[in-house]
Amino acid sequence: MKPHTLSVLVENRAGVLSRVAGMFSRRGFNIESLAVGTCEEPDMSRITIVVNGDDAVIEQVMKQTNKLIDVIKVSDLTERESVERELALIKVTAEPGTTRAEILQIADIFRAQVVDVGTRTLVLQVTGDTEKIDALEKLLHQYGIKELVRTGKIALLRGAKTVKSSK
Amino acid sequence: MKTGAKTLIEALQREGVDTIFGYPGGVVLPIYDELYDSSIRHILVRHEQAAAHAADGYARASGRVGVCLATSGPGACNLVTGIATAYMDSIPVVALTGQVPTGLLGNDAFQESDITGITMPVTKHSYLVKDAADLDRVVQEAFYIARTGRPGPVLVDLPKNVSTGEVKSAKTAPAPVSLRGYRPTYQGHVRQIDKALDLIARAERPLVYAGGGVILSGASAELLEFVEAAAIPVTTTLMGLGAVPGDHPLNLGMLGMHGTQSANYAVTECDLLVAVGVRFDDRVTGKIETFAPNAAVIHIDIDPAEIGKNKKVDVPIVGDVKTVLQALIRRMQKHGDTANWVARINAWKAQYPLQYRDDDHLRPQYVVRELSDVLNGEGIITSEVGQNQMWTALYYCFRKPRTWITSGGLGTMGYGFPAAIGAHFARPDVPVVDVAGDGSFQMNIQELGTVAHYDIPVKVVILNNMYLGMVRQWQELFYDRRYSYTELPPVDFVKIANAYGVEGIRVEEKDGVREALEAALAVDGPFVLDFRIEREENVFPMVPAGAAINEMIGVRQG
Repeated sequence: MKPHTLSVLVENRAGVLSRVAGMFSRRGFNIESLAVGTCEEPDMSRITIVVNGDDAVIEQVMKQTNKLIDVIKVSDLTERESVERELALIKVTAEPGTTRAEILQIADIFRAQVVDVGTRTLVLQVTGDTEKIDALEKLLHQYGIKELVRTGKIALLRGAKTVKSSK
Repeated sequence: MKTGAKTLIEALQREGVDTIFGYPGGVVLPIYDELYDSSIRHILVRHEQAAAHAADGYARASGRVGVCLATSGPGACNLVTGIATAYMDSIPVVALTGQVPTGLLGNDAFQESDITGITMPVTKHSYLVKDAADLDRVVQEAFYIARTGRPGPVLVDLPKNVSTGEVKSAKTAPAPVSLRGYRPTYQGHVRQIDKALDLIARAERPLVYAGGGVILSGASAELLEFVEAAAIPVTTTLMGLGAVPGDHPLNLGMLGMHGTQSANYAVTECDLLVAVGVRFDDRVTGKIETFAPNAAVIHIDIDPAEIGKNKKVDVPIVGDVKTVLQALIRRMQKHGDTANWVARINAWKAQYPLQYRDDDHLRPQYVVRELSDVLNGEGIITSEVGQNQMWTALYYCFRKPRTWITSGGLGTMGYGFPAAIGAHFARPDVPVVDVAGDGSFQMNIQELGTVAHYDIPVKVVILNNMYLGMVRQWQELFYDRRYSYTELPPVDFVKIANAYGVEGIRVEEKDGVREALEAALAVDGPFVLDFRIEREENVFPMVPAGAAINEMIGVRQG
């Protein structure tokens, strides 16, 4: 059992996301994260899904996803050279003084940006792979995380290859 | 310019639709107005569920796409069980539903329901048409998707303003369907086919396990040619009955929970299982770990997602069953020597025939045997669900494909009677009989109104035990005979039939069975036969839930 990152190219039409998500829930497939947005083709969208399961489950996930009429292509990027990113916004308690300085130092190490400064809080923006964001979250925990939001993971193959062109 | 409704009707005609089963209502008024003087015949059912089942029965009997039509909200919702039934058995149906005008969508308008959302898990695909200009393309795609690849139901939701909207008359026919996300594989991979043939050549105890995919693909002749050429015995699923003649020497009958002993023993002992158009359903396999435990498995199916879903497969072949069987036959050079195996199977068949107590009581197995004898393979049989279905599957001799119409996957009580209506319109030349239980028949009994209205010569054979028999059987066997809510008080079905203007008789003696069946079939209209059968008769053989399929109860042990 390990997380697989699937890149799903779909028709850019109303209801496609609910077809994909509905199929996952009805078949009991476990979505870890899901991100959807437009892509290089104006009439298509790309859904990046992270799903947990053994090889047999992942095979079923891919086959069942492929069966949806509005799904054009499904690729498993897990075993392939790819770049993967997530973005998180973290609102952390930062009283003026030493804690604020410590938080800014940690942010700097993680190349996180301060996108909002309040009198008693900071909002940090961080991008990276899942582990990096997990690590930052863990470090900031001691200061008090008031709110946190993460995008789902997005991913692309490295090099000239594309999901559309590859088998 | 023409209206959306007219565009819809013309698009349906282009798809060859001759019959629609439906029920009118507010938002489909424009469509009904077009139907009023259209060449398409519309059959008014008495409940929308029956429209969906009738469309399904029409599809199963003919191999063409069945069509049903209902209004928005409650009308559309009433189709859902029928759509789900078709989905589970991969039946090509196009369900047309009315919808509130686009401007009111999402507004909780009168008789609004999100029917594309509600049916998403039980349709192959669905459309909510928002622009009348899309109608031609959508109808064409809907029929294409319903009948190609692994068939299934497609829903087209039609807001009222789409039906009344104006569409420019097209000068040319719409372009052929092209869907980049939908390209079914029809040809089997040659290397896989040769691998399969290699296993077949070396097998000593091969068995073909054939299902509904053979019927859907129209591959009965190829299947027969294949099993005869390779001398391989064959067992069929409930959905596959009729794919091979019931009395063919290589046919072992049905396998699974209520399979024959010889079929279930053969599965357990075979060294090669050739699975053709099947999906290793739990009612077939019993405990999956002990299903065909000694066999290499070849699995032929058009749906790649079925391969490896429930059972590990050694040689997967994705493709149309008919095309793949043709390739197997063409490329087969030799096959194993199966003479000993066939002899062993024949010994089982002789030692463990289906058996029931054939005394002077009126028993359901006897009724089905007599019906089989009277029709001699020349009729279409539909069934309800439960004991009536299993007795028919076991004791009726199906000789041809598309003569057995039953809800296998979903197990929908109330299916058989409306499905029989649909089957009649697909094959008006053939007698159609619904074998029912008294419980199931009452689930769509209102369709007596439909058969009376159109004088549809469907015969209903009620195996009436005044119980929900299959559930009662489980209660008897596994719940200490505690018959919790399974007893039904007697109903005078003949009187009910008569009230609708349908003829009927009650039969209480074994002596009267043959005569009653012949009399009913001689009538050129609908007929209801109420057979008061032995009340606590059980369906055997039976594999208890979760057991291996060779662990049957209610049988003579080997």
